[in-house]
Amino acid sequence: MFAFAGFYWQLAAFGGLGSRDRPNAAPAQVGGVLKEGSLATFRQSVEVTIPALRRYARSLTRDADLADDLVQDTLVRALRSEHLFHGGDVRAWMYTILANLNRNRLRSLARRPAMSSIEENDAPDLAGPEAGGRDIERALALLVEDQRQALLLVVLEGLSYREVADVQGVPIGTVMSRLARARAQIKTYLDGGRPALRRVK
Amino acid sequence: MIDRELTVTEDELHAYVDGELPDDRLQAVTAWLAAHPDQAALVAHWRMQADAIRARYGAVANEPIPARLQLDRIEREQANTRWSARALTALAATVLFAFMAGGGAGWFAHSATGSAANGSDKITADAVEAYRLYVVEVRHPVEVPGSELAHMRNWLSKRIGHELSIPDLQSIGLKLVGGRLLPGPTGAAAFYMYEGPSGERFTIYCTKAGGPETALRFKDGKRYASFTWVDDKISYVVSGPADRDRLETVAKNAYEQIDKTGVKKG
Repeated sequence: MFAFAGFYWQLAAFGGLGSRDRPNAAPAQVGGVLKEGSLATFRQSVEVTIPALRRYARSLTRDADLADDLVQDTLVRALRSEHLFHGGDVRAWMYTILANLNRNRLRSLARRPAMSSIEENDAPDLAGPEAGGRDIERALALLVEDQRQALLLVVLEGLSYREVADVQGVPIGTVMSRLARARAQIKTYLDGGRPALRRVK
Repeated sequence: MIDRELTVTEDELHAYVDGELPDDRLQAVTAWLAAHPDQAALVAHWRMQADAIRARYGAVANEPIPARLQLDRIEREQANTRWSARALTALAATVLFAFMAGGGAGWFAHSATGSAANGSDKITADAVEAYRLYVVEVRHPVEVPGSELAHMRNWLSKRIGHELSIPDLQSIGLKLVGGRLLPGPTGAAAFYMYEGPSGERFTIYCTKAGGPETALRFKDGKRYASFTWVDDKISYVVSGPADRDRLETVAKNAYEQIDKTGVKKG
């Protein structure tokens, strides 16, 4: 069945829940937050997220073409769902769409039944020009997708723990444990160890 | 040492690195790190990781945006796609109509066994046709938006001549987009549309039944499929993308809710 990690936030993002039902909903004065019915502003809010979406997609996939494919699909879906957007933080909503599209991509790559911790098929030696060295790109490639997303949303995209929890549809505690595990795995890898990765629950 | 120090958790160290630490804990954490060099080294390593990630990917946001990601272009392409999708749907409807009117066996007749079954098959065919027609609609998929639930229920119940219930499918991630009134083989038909988080759509079609009560029946199509049943003289058809498991969840949810309403009334 469909096991969306960002489910709760998606419901909220797609107007399934009113923002008053969402705990700690982003305050209305934050940039990119919209009131219902302002379509011109919706389009603009989508447009200004493109550079950040490209950056996030690049770091998630570590492949420029693949990343822009993801961003394109995300934009198509966002524009198509314009009539369903009933307020909230457009940027966080776009990250959610992108993350789900990427998760679907990994799922079809993996071609095997998996519950939540799907790991990428990317072999680390395909990771980039510095193949052979222990760099951050290869370290990211080794992470479980949910952990990679949490880390990148925090350190690269500058989202708060609360916002990442909304995007991923999990409690803040889960975000923090994903973050902690991601950092520990990267450290082990960069320190030259063999991280206990590539486990499938 | 500071009396409030006690112990600093790893979560607090992460929060410290990410600027999420409450101000009143800042001093405690700083003091803790001064007293624990191994922890300070760990924090420094995390910061180094974050710097490396930003150094590696940060500049992507400053690159010029490729043409294929310009919103103008995406909107143009979407408009073209929608147009051809609509044209194809219209063509498919024409072909189907000609096929059925021409006395052909019809899409669903392979399972038809009698006149009652034929009536319910006609309802299913109409329901799936309505699904195909409206599922591609982006701007006007419905006449009444889901936000006007009470009004929609009253209006459609009156037109169908039966107290209808409109299932709430939010627990399985489907938001009610809204509904519309359609002509059906046995009179007016009510048509509700639901949409999931990835934009997938499901519809429920209800009209006066052409036959006796039945349990859930599955009808498979190439791209779309449906579940049909008759309850309390009303035919229900739940249509959606041809993913049987997902569709079955939707249909069962709707079935149970409609069934419950019936029990309460009875």
